[in-house]
Formats: sequence, C-alpha cells, structure tokens
Amino acid sequence: MGLPKYPQRYYGDYSLITKGGYAINKAFGFLIISSIIAAAFTGKISTLTADTMSAAAAGVTRVFGLIGILTLWLGVAKIAERSGLLRLFTKVLQPFLSLLFPSIPKGHPAMGSILMNFSANLFGFGSAATPFGLKAMQELQSLNRSENASEAMCTFLAINTSSLTLIPSTIIALRVNAHSANPAEIVGPMIIATLVSTFVAVNADILCRFHSRKRGLN
Amino acid sequence: MVIHWINTVSSWFIPFFLLAVFLHGSYKKIPLYDTFIEGAREGFTLAVRLIPYVVGIYVAVSLFENSGAMDILLYPFRPALTFLGVPEEVIPLMVVRPLSGPAALGITAGLIEKFGPDSYIGRLASVIDGSTDTTLYILAVYFASVGVKNPRYSLPVGLTSDFSGFIAALLICQMVFA
Repeated sequence: MGLPKYPQRYYGDYSLITKGGYAINKAFGFLIISSIIAAAFTGKISTLTADTMSAAAAGVTRVFGLIGILTLWLGVAKIAERSGLLRLFTKVLQPFLSLLFPSIPKGHPAMGSILMNFSANLFGFGSAATPFGLKAMQELQSLNRSENASEAMCTFLAINTSSLTLIPSTIIALRVNAHSANPAEIVGPMIIATLVSTFVAVNADILCRFHSRKRGLN
Repeated sequence: MVIHWINTVSSWFIPFFLLAVFLHGSYKKIPLYDTFIEGAREGFTLAVRLIPYVVGIYVAVSLFENSGAMDILLYPFRPALTFLGVPEEVIPLMVVRPLSGPAALGITAGLIEKFGPDSYIGRLASVIDGSTDTTLYILAVYFASVGVKNPRYSLPVGLTSDFSGFIAALLICQMVFA
C-alpha cells in the first residue's frame, strides 16, 4: 500500500469517519425522535414549537458571544508560536516523551510533530494541534507501513483523546459571557481531572500494548 | 489549604501566561501586534464554523428536556445517580462528550445558561467538558488521514480514560465547589 500524500489525503478513507460519526448521528436522531414521541404523551407538545425555535436562536447567540474571546486567544497563540515559546516548551518535554514512545527512534521527525501537537493542545490551541497531529500520524505511518495501527499511534491517540488542555479558553469564554463572578475558577479542578484521565489513558495503553504483544495483534 | 491553592492557581494562570507570551515575544523582537492580528483573524471563521453544530445540539437537547423524554429515560437510574451525587442534568453531557466536541460544548453552554456559571452544575459541567477530548472524532479523523483501518485497542483505551476523567471531575467538584 502506497503512503497517502499529505495534506491532500487528510480524509483519505471515509469509511472510518462514517464509523466514528455513526454514534453521533444515532444519538442526534434518538434525542429528537424520542422527544417528540414522549411529548405526545406528556402533554407538552403545545409548548414544543416555541421551545425549539428559541433553542435554535439561543445557539447562534451563544456562538456569537464566543467570537471575541476566540479571536483574542488565536492572536495570543500566534505570538507564542512565532516567538518560539511553543518550541521551547517542546524541548522541556522531550525526555518525558521518549519514555512514552519507546518504539520511535531518537531524533525521528515523528517526535517533533508529536511534541508540537501536545504543546498546542496544552495551550488550548486546538486548531493548531490538529495539523501537527495529522503530520505526526503521517510520520508514524512511515515507521508503520501497515493498515493496522502501530503501538506508537495508539499511545499518541490515547493521550490526545484524554485531552491535555491547560487553558480551556472556550469554556472560560462561555463563563465570561454568562457573567460568572470568577470565570477561570474551573481551571484548577479541570487540570486535575484531565491529568487523571491522561494518567489512566497512558496506563491503559501500556496494559493493552503488553496484552496485545502476548496475544498477537488485535 | 489545597482548595485555596487550586483557586489561586486558577485565577493567576491566565494573566501569568499572557505575561509570559508577551515578554517572550518582545524579547524575540516579534512584531507583537501584527502577529496577533494574523492569528486573531481566524477567530471569526472558527466561531461561525461552530454554529451548525451548536444549533443542532441546542435544539436536540432542548427537545429532550422540554418534552419530558429525559425524565422518563432517567427515571430508573435516579436513585443510583443521587446516591453517587451525580446531578442528572449533566448525564447527557457525559454521554455526548466522547462523541462530539461541539455538541458537548453546546450542552455545557446550555447548562451554564440555565443554572448560571457559578452554580454547582455550571461549574461541574465546565470541568467535565474540559476533562477529556472527543475520542471518537479524533480516532476517526487521525486514523483515516493515514489509511489505517484497524484501530486495535485505541477505542476502549480512549473511552476508559473519558470515564475516569468524569469520575475525577465529579470528585474534585464535590471537594472544591460543593
């Protein structure tokens, strides 16, 4: 199998996207269908039209309230990227990262992309994290060359899906908008919760890795 | 003591981070304003791209709550949830979080709006939303981008970590905010 070219084939295989998107499509359908059927029995069907319309309008208002803070954050993140602060951060994390990815040779470009992806995630800069992450996957695939996920890929995505965000800018924006007395008060608890989920992800990944080595690929 | 420390870190973190970014930027002689504008330009498009997701989920969740469907479905689980101290309002958020980031954000926004950002539920929803990432979406897009068809054990690992993040969020919020 030839390696997909980057970035033209970001979404080279649609079957996986549909598979991943399947659950949300089902959930969306389930919420709406079960609600309307339930409303017919609970006698709330008369207020449902107004509720639905105002919910749609509220969704747009909510997003518009986010624009200012998103704009600010993306601007600040650009400065961090351009000044090399993001790269500096990467250097600090390097030894820790070689521990996590024993199968990646030292100095392989995959490590750099993984580090950039993690750093961007830590800063809550999700839209920068994704390009670095896809680049990292491409470099990991150059070590893998198979249709089965490599161990390093599984570790990389385990950490990614557990979230590494230190600054949840969007959530803070939501709270600012709703006139919170202290919008950032959730940052501390959130960092602890995300550390727990990342810690569990790393350990579950290690367990699965050794288990699958014993039992063969699955 | 620990709680006080967490609150202090929370309120100092962002101003301090901004200071670090701007100090480092001016030390490296980056054109601060120009660079800021260059990045900030993406803010509007990013927000506008969120609109369909947020509207879709706002409508679905509003229907689910206002029709009484949620009450009916959660009824059998209520004693167990109350026993564990899980407010039933955040259950839909926990279900949606691994499926879709914007959808989860929509639910969080709805809870913050309904109960207030400084209510227990508002704070808990914020922490739950930030405790983990969109497992299914990330796995689908990242693996698809390189043509990997067998994700092996990564889905169960991702879902396990989501679940542990929720438990941690609940416990910490009970300690800090209750």
